Order: sequence, then C-alpha cells, then structure tokens
Amino acid sequence: MNLDLDAEAVAFRDLVRAFLGENVLSAPLPAVDTPAGAAAHRAWERKLADAGLAAVSWPVDYGGRAAPPLHALLFDEEYHAAGAPVRIGQNGLFLLAPTLLAHGTAEQCARVLPPMARGDEVWAQAWSEPSAGSDLASIRSRAVRGDGGWVLSGQKTWSSRAVVADRAFGLFRSHPGEPRHHGLTYLMFDLRAPGVTVRPIRQLDGTAGFAEIFLDDVFVPDADVIGTPGDGWRVAMSTAGHERGLSLRGPGRFTAAAGRLIELWRSSPAGTQRGDSGPETAVDAGRVVDAWIGARAYRMQAYAALEEPVSPSATKLFWSEMDAGLHETALDLLGPHAEITPGWTGGYLFSLAGPIYAGTNEIQRDILAQRELGLPR
Amino acid sequence: MRLGPSEEQRRFAQVLHEMLTGNESAPMRRLWAALGDVGVTGLTVPERYGGLGAGADDLVVACEQLGRHAVAGPVAESIAAAPALLPGDVRRLPGLVTGRLIASLAAAPWLPYALDGDAVDLLLLVDGDTVHLGRAGEVHRSMDPARRLVAVQRGALVGTGRPVGRALDLGVLACSAQLLGAGRALLDMSVEHARTRTQFGRPIGAFQAVRHRLADVSVALDFARPLLYAAAVALNETGGSAAVTLDETGGSAAVTLDRASGIPAADVDAGRDVSAAKVACGRAALLAARTALQVHGAIGYTAEHRLGRYLTLVRALHLSWGTPDQHRRRVLAAISGGPDGPIGVREAPQAGATAGDPTPQPVSGLGAASDADVASESRGGLQSAGAGVARTEEERS
Repeated sequence: MNLDLDAEAVAFRDLVRAFLGENVLSAPLPAVDTPAGAAAHRAWERKLADAGLAAVSWPVDYGGRAAPPLHALLFDEEYHAAGAPVRIGQNGLFLLAPTLLAHGTAEQCARVLPPMARGDEVWAQAWSEPSAGSDLASIRSRAVRGDGGWVLSGQKTWSSRAVVADRAFGLFRSHPGEPRHHGLTYLMFDLRAPGVTVRPIRQLDGTAGFAEIFLDDVFVPDADVIGTPGDGWRVAMSTAGHERGLSLRGPGRFTAAAGRLIELWRSSPAGTQRGDSGPETAVDAGRVVDAWIGARAYRMQAYAALEEPVSPSATKLFWSEMDAGLHETALDLLGPHAEITPGWTGGYLFSLAGPIYAGTNEIQRDILAQRELGLPR
Repeated sequence: MRLGPSEEQRRFAQVLHEMLTGNESAPMRRLWAALGDVGVTGLTVPERYGGLGAGADDLVVACEQLGRHAVAGPVAESIAAAPALLPGDVRRLPGLVTGRLIASLAAAPWLPYALDGDAVDLLLLVDGDTVHLGRAGEVHRSMDPARRLVAVQRGALVGTGRPVGRALDLGVLACSAQLLGAGRALLDMSVEHARTRTQFGRPIGAFQAVRHRLADVSVALDFARPLLYAAAVALNETGGSAAVTLDETGGSAAVTLDRASGIPAADVDAGRDVSAAKVACGRAALLAARTALQVHGAIGYTAEHRLGRYLTLVRALHLSWGTPDQHRRRVLAAISGGPDGPIGVREAPQAGATAGDPTPQPVSGLGAASDADVASESRGGLQSAGAGVARTEEERS
C-alpha cells in the first residue's frame, strides 16, 4: 500500500493548483441562487471550461480530459482547498452527465454535455413530487405519448437550482398500467418551454435553493428520452450512486471544513489554553478531534475507493452525518457568538439538509442492509 | 497509489483465515508455532534474522485476521512491537520469527501492564527510549477470561536509544487491526443471526430497528479501515527514519505531542494517523460489539456463545495500547499545528502550497537511535510468506 502520486498526477495537481491560485477571487461571488450570482457562477464555469477543468473525467470530445478517477479526486481536493465557488452546474455535471455517458446516445452526449461544461446550460433535477419523496417510485407526473415525443404534466418539487437553471431532468410515469417500478421514463425538458412554471421555495436559510416545477402539457421530443421509454427507473437507479456517493460530495469540502474547524479551535479560549481549563474544554477538544478524524476517514476512503469502491449508501450516510457533526461542533465552540457568525451558520444549515436529500439516511440504511448485508426486507 | 490490500495480501489473509478457523482456542504455544509457520510472527523482522522484512501494511492485513478470530495472547506485543524494540538482536529475533519465543511488554502510560506477562518467554519494560527486561509481578485476572494483566518490575538493561516510538506505534496499529477484524466478525455473526432468527413471523433482520443498527455498524467499519491503511502507509514511510523527531522549529505541536502521549514520537504524521486509526477502529468495534449483543439477545449473553469472547476482547483492546482519550490528545496536538496536508507524502514540501502544510521536519534528536535493520530492510514482502505457507502444507501432507 502507498499514497504516492506518480509524476503525471503531480503535474495535473500542480496545473489545477496554479489555475485556481490565479483565478479564484478572494471575495466570494454573490449567492448562486440570485440572478447576479447565477451570472457570476456561469462565468466561472466558462473559465473552468476554457482551461479544460470543468469536467476532467469526461471524454475529450465532450469537453473533458479523460482523466482517471485519481485526477478527479485531486481536482476536488484542490478546488475546495482553494475556496473556489460552488458549482452552479453540479446537478448536470455530477448527476445527469454520468447517466448520459452510461445510457445516452452519442447524439445526446454531443448535444448536451459541451454546453453543460461551459455553464451555458444549467440543469436542475426533477425527481421528488408532493406525494413521492422517499417513496420515489410512487411518482404521478405523467408523460403521455404525442406526435414525435411526449407530453408532460404534473408537479415536481424540491428541485435544486430550478430557479436559475435552463433545463431539468427527471422521471415521469409513461405507462400507467405497469407495476410501479416499471412504466417510468427518464426525460430531459426545457424549463422555459410553454407550460412550465417554476415557483421558488424559500429555504430555512432564506435562499431559494430549490423550487416547485408545474408542468402543464409540456412537449418533449423523443430525442430527449434517456434510455428506453418505460425503463426510466432502472436508468435512474443505475447512476443514483453518483448523487449519494463520492462524485457529488468529494472529500475536499470536508477536509477544508475540518481545517477551518481546527483554526477555530486554535483561536478559541479552549484551544489557546491547550485543554487545561476544565471539563467543558475537554469535551470540546474531543469533539474537535472526532470531527477531524471523520473528515480524514472520508478522505482516506476516497483514496481507498479508487481500488475498491464502497457502497454509495454507506458513503452518503457517512458524509452527511459527519458534516452535520462537524458543524455542530463548530457552533458549540463559538458559543453565544455562533448565531452571528455567518461563515459557520451557513455551512451548518446546509449540513442539516445532507441527511435528507439524495435519499434520506433512513432509506440509505435500508438499502445498505438489504444490498450490502443481505438482510431480508 | 493503492490504499487497500494487494492480491498477494488478500491471499495471505485468506490462508491465515483458513488456518485459524477452528483453531481459535488452541493453546498459545501451538497457535504461535502455527503463526510462525505461515510467517505472521516474523512479518516485520528483517530477512537476515529469518523474518520477512514486510511492511506495516502486511502487519495490518495479518492482525485483522487475528482479530477476526479473536485470537488471544500478546499479538500486538510479540508480533508488532517486540521485534522493533530489539533491532539487531541476534539472540532473540530468530525466536520471535519462528514463534517459539513469545514476548510481552509494559510501556506506561499506554500499557501499564504486560498482557499474559507471566506466560511469555520474554518480558520487556519500556521507559522513554530505554528497554529493560521485566520481571513478572502481581497477576490480575481480566474481565476477558482469556487475558491476564501482569505488573512488571524493572530488570536488566536491554538497550537505550531504541526506536520506541515506532515500535509502540506498530503495536497500536496491530491492536487497531485486531479491533477492526473483531468488529467485522461481530457484524458478520449479527447479520447471520438477524437473517435466521424469526420473531413475529419474520426474520428479525427485516425490522428497521434491527437492520438500521447493523447498517450503522457497517458504515463505522467501512470508514475506519482506510484510516488503518493510511496509518500503515505512514509508518512504512517513516520506516527508514527511526531518528525522526521534531526540533524546536517543529513548533509546540512536537512538545505537546510528547507530553500528551508521554511517549517519544516516531513521526508526527505517522503518530497522528496511528492514533486516528486506533480511535476509529476502537469505536467501530465497540459499536459492533454492543449491537451484536443486542441483536443476539440472551443467547449472546451466554458463556458458550462465541460472541462473549469477542465482546470482552473488544472492550479490553479498546482501552489497551492507549485509551481513545490518550490518542485523541495526540491527534489534537498534531493537528493543532495545521490542517490535513497534501497526499503524496514522499514529495518535497513546496513553498506556497496549501496553507499550513504540516510537513514534518526530519532531524535528529531525542530517540535518535540508528536502526539500520529497520532502515535498510523494512520492506521485503509476502513472497516469502507464501513459501512459509507452502512449507506448512508440506508438513501437513
């Protein structure tokens, strides 16, 4: 076993580090879910694409550099270490793109992926519905066969990025007579098409990070079906791991957060007194260490997974609980100042969503118990 | 870049697993001789003394299997730590290799007693960077019926300026691997029980109250293992530099480190990684043990069920070779010097790299024993272990 980087990997990492060093601004961009913020974040994506760094693992033809998984991991670590902007294109880049590369046609990949990489087309996801959350297979939104395509109607909700996005992807019931896991079709549609209404939902942090999408007889051409009509569940599930696992949540963000937590600890009264000031301090120190160990474990698992992948459900359970714990620790260290420290409260509120989105942790435990441990339903 | 067992290491683990199956409660002497035959006891001993000169990662692979079978006896003491405490010891190393010589040791504050110190051939007492022979004192019966903790009195001097930090880190690493292996075995037996035990007309593993707990155990084990491997890699990296400690420019982290653990540090990052692994493996194993008992119910509480053997072993090892609190202190001292650094540890540090790279400064100083054996022969491998296996099979046939 070793953690050595070959010359190629070191060269790639240096390239990424140099690019980020020159281009990441010290002042953060405006919030991504505002018009000004969205424009600034799209411009950032274009800059990444021009440097060939928007999607390093994609095939070269679609705007990537066919980089091995190790390089994608190094990119993630450098990206977060540099404090680079949130990826406005992340739903497309990390969720739709793997699905297209696995199940899409060459025409679809060539048409969809390059503008996605450049930030010209930002994608939202359209999975959940008011009565289909954890029980995703109970989707009711319909796709009815039309002339040369499908006509969508129904309601999607909790659609991340839909407020600022151009297009969306999701599952629709196309064959209503079939058993519920069958008869679903995976479709891409235009959020500005006639019949689409996007209503922002204000989140508990005050931002409009997600939205409802109302569809009223929205036409989608056959060219925007991914896989076979009626086979959408299988298509979606075959790449669901991307949402839960390492491709959405690389270790970089947690390594960076743990680093900030250590800095916070060092500057806190408990940290400067080096743990000599009573029982309260001792508790905090232990939690700081455990948070750091958790981030370190996730990072090392990412390297281990290059050889032997761990289940996406286990990965999702681990990062989401670890992230919440890390931020709880930071807030507790800040004490009465915590609520007026947006640098941490923002991350804290975001971390609380982790155990819910991408399939709740309860669902993940069920999947893990069944698929990894072989326990009966 | 590989943070997981190679094909060769997997095969080695499988051979060991098969050898141990059914022999878990063999007498210590017979078991140690068998471990000698397959190369386990000589893993980290340089080849010139008959060992395999293998790395810390090979040690981890082997000790995971020993933990999986809840093997009793001074595993970390005799197999991991003792060889490193006795560099160049022509009289003792060959015996450790064959398993005919079994060692134990005390090294306060991590190991205030010597495990099975009244039953071993070689008893050591570690004090700073000095190693003495020990004399067995009072014998204490453990909560774990398979363990006896023995007070140790100082005997003759064996040597001073020994690479104690590295030796003890190897012991902690081995103990962590045992914990992880035991945790995995506990999960496996719990899953098996949850699949077959029926209540209310269903296998109990169909109830979320049960299956979610087992899922949490699985996650804890899955994410402890990479820390163990990373710690082994870190120890391999420092294998040739037993002299590494920190100078004044290394900052307060080094000083705090020594005070926090009370033990000379082989290397800040290796010590940090070893401690992180011990905390995570101990926590995962303990969760596995408590969950296993709850899933099994009363049958798991009986003396004849093997679960109890694992439960008491895990609880004992969790607090042995340094308590979680002692190891957290060591991690804290190390990371207070800066955040997690870059991967690719063999590179020279670069100016202007990620803020606060905690790249340690290799200098001579405290505990700077020359350890040519470890330096020049630390990496051999399992090729010769394969030969050992073949030999055993010939003997059997």
